Amino acid sequence: MCRRENNDLSGNDVVQSFITGSGSFPTFASLNSQLRILVLSLLPSTISDPKNLGTVLHFIYLSSGEGMGGGIRQLLEQVHRLSRRCLFRVLSMGPLPTHLAFIMDGNRRYAKKRGLEDGSGHKAGFSALMSMLQYCYELGIKYVTVYAFSIDNFRRKPEEVQSLMDLMLEKIKSLLDKESIVHEYGIRVYFIGNLGLLNDQVRAAAEEVMKATAKNSRVVLLVCVAYNSTDEIVQAVKRSCVDKADRDVERIQLVDIEENMQMSVAPEPDILIRSSGETRLSNFLLWQTGNSQLFSPDALWPEIGLRHLVWAILNFQRSHSYLEKKKKQL
Amino acid sequence: MDFNDPMLALSSSIGQIGDFGLDLVWRFIHIVVTLCLIVSGIFELVESYAISLGLIQKYSSIDIEKLKCLAVVVDIEAARDVSKVIELLRWLTTIGVKQVGVFDSQGLLKKSKDMILEMVPRSVLLQETGENNISPDSIALEFISSFDNKEAVVKAANILLQKYLKSIHPENGEGENVFTESHLNEALRVVGECVHVPDLLLVYGPVRSHLGFPAWRLRYTEIVHMGSLKYMRYGSLLKAIHKFTGVRQNYGV
Repeated sequence: MCRRENNDLSGNDVVQSFITGSGSFPTFASLNSQLRILVLSLLPSTISDPKNLGTVLHFIYLSSGEGMGGGIRQLLEQVHRLSRRCLFRVLSMGPLPTHLAFIMDGNRRYAKKRGLEDGSGHKAGFSALMSMLQYCYELGIKYVTVYAFSIDNFRRKPEEVQSLMDLMLEKIKSLLDKESIVHEYGIRVYFIGNLGLLNDQVRAAAEEVMKATAKNSRVVLLVCVAYNSTDEIVQAVKRSCVDKADRDVERIQLVDIEENMQMSVAPEPDILIRSSGETRLSNFLLWQTGNSQLFSPDALWPEIGLRHLVWAILNFQRSHSYLEKKKKQL
Repeated sequence: MDFNDPMLALSSSIGQIGDFGLDLVWRFIHIVVTLCLIVSGIFELVESYAISLGLIQKYSSIDIEKLKCLAVVVDIEAARDVSKVIELLRWLTTIGVKQVGVFDSQGLLKKSKDMILEMVPRSVLLQETGENNISPDSIALEFISSFDNKEAVVKAANILLQKYLKSIHPENGEGENVFTESHLNEALRVVGECVHVPDLLLVYGPVRSHLGFPAWRLRYTEIVHMGSLKYMRYGSLLKAIHKFTGVRQNYGV
């Protein structure tokens, strides 16, 4: 029996297999009577979204015992995914943020807390990032920005900076793999920051990913690397001045600086989440967060999970009308 | 066709009932969240009264020297009640804070600055005194609005543009590099802005957001949400300042 290696349930092929008997899944006709009744009873709640129906059918297929070989973990994963989809369906009854920003703080403290070797915290942090991105894109959040590496971080020990650069290179290259999250969700990736400060290999890899994903338009991931908000503002002022000088215009306006900000490719963030309980922005998106809700869960970044995201969104939904009013006042 | 119409109507009705059910669940979740926040609010209220009465030992002394510059962001609705702002500033004077920047997005407090300076004992205007000339027993106040944020950067950018245009070589058309953080910093001072970075920013409003406080000054500022100005509490203020004095920053290193 062929199995979906990546457990991606777009739903339509599973539904089709169930109805026509083609493909690798059993048909509706071949289910026992209890399972048939289960499918029929679950139909109304999944009718608005075929993906849900595909997930339900796949869950039933797995629980029918036919795919049990090595499938316990996959079964649990399907249960989590189904529960998550139900939760997100409920959350989508209220306003949802369009743009979420994350400061991924606490990787080193996590490694120290767990007694891990140097660098393991960042690897654990990357896994947490992938999970968080998956949740955001499943929820339908179009823009996600992450603070991966600050200009200030270059002042860390050279071996730590080199290790971070190596990890970044490895992970940036992996974004181009066919099985990566970029292809799964059709993500357009931007690397925002003073890329000239990066070594040639990392910069080239980042540029390759930006070029390769330039045609994607479903969702957007902005990775801030070698970034500072104050540097972004200075670079925007510089670009505005050089542009005005070239055109013999002697006056800069706010719209010129706004257009030249690197983050102008995305709307302002609705929520900015900084893990590890710290309450400062550390020179991240200072210009763009005037109307953003700031959230600082105590969890270290590798410990961040769905519950923190859900709590942030519930609070956002409570404050949404106030923040919309603020935006109109400006 | 005749068979499909009732089926479509049925599935539409099922969909609507489903959405209604989901909406009920959503509202229920929000009721639970509200109850959790009310309970947590009651605990905070009790704690703040205990702090005000001096019942919690650790808040009885604060190393105020660590707090060089404090900023307060006030929601625009709250800024209309100047008496509460004056009361807050008096508390800060009692605690021993030396420099306070008060921000509201529309500059309502700027318009009332004369009254505030009169009503807050030993207060001086920071712009007149300068950061280095504040006497030990006074409090320097600064009044900030959104015009000191992006519009100020635009004014500073125009100063840099003029410098750049004057420095352009006729032969190669290139100008001097006047585009560094220190150049922009200096240009902001020239247009009359204070560029001092507050150590701590207290937000009095419904949401934890800096509401457009000058971005250039927020780099490493600790941002703490204090709730509504109308229900502000001295104990909560002490707790926030005390917590700040325990923070250790590594500035990215």
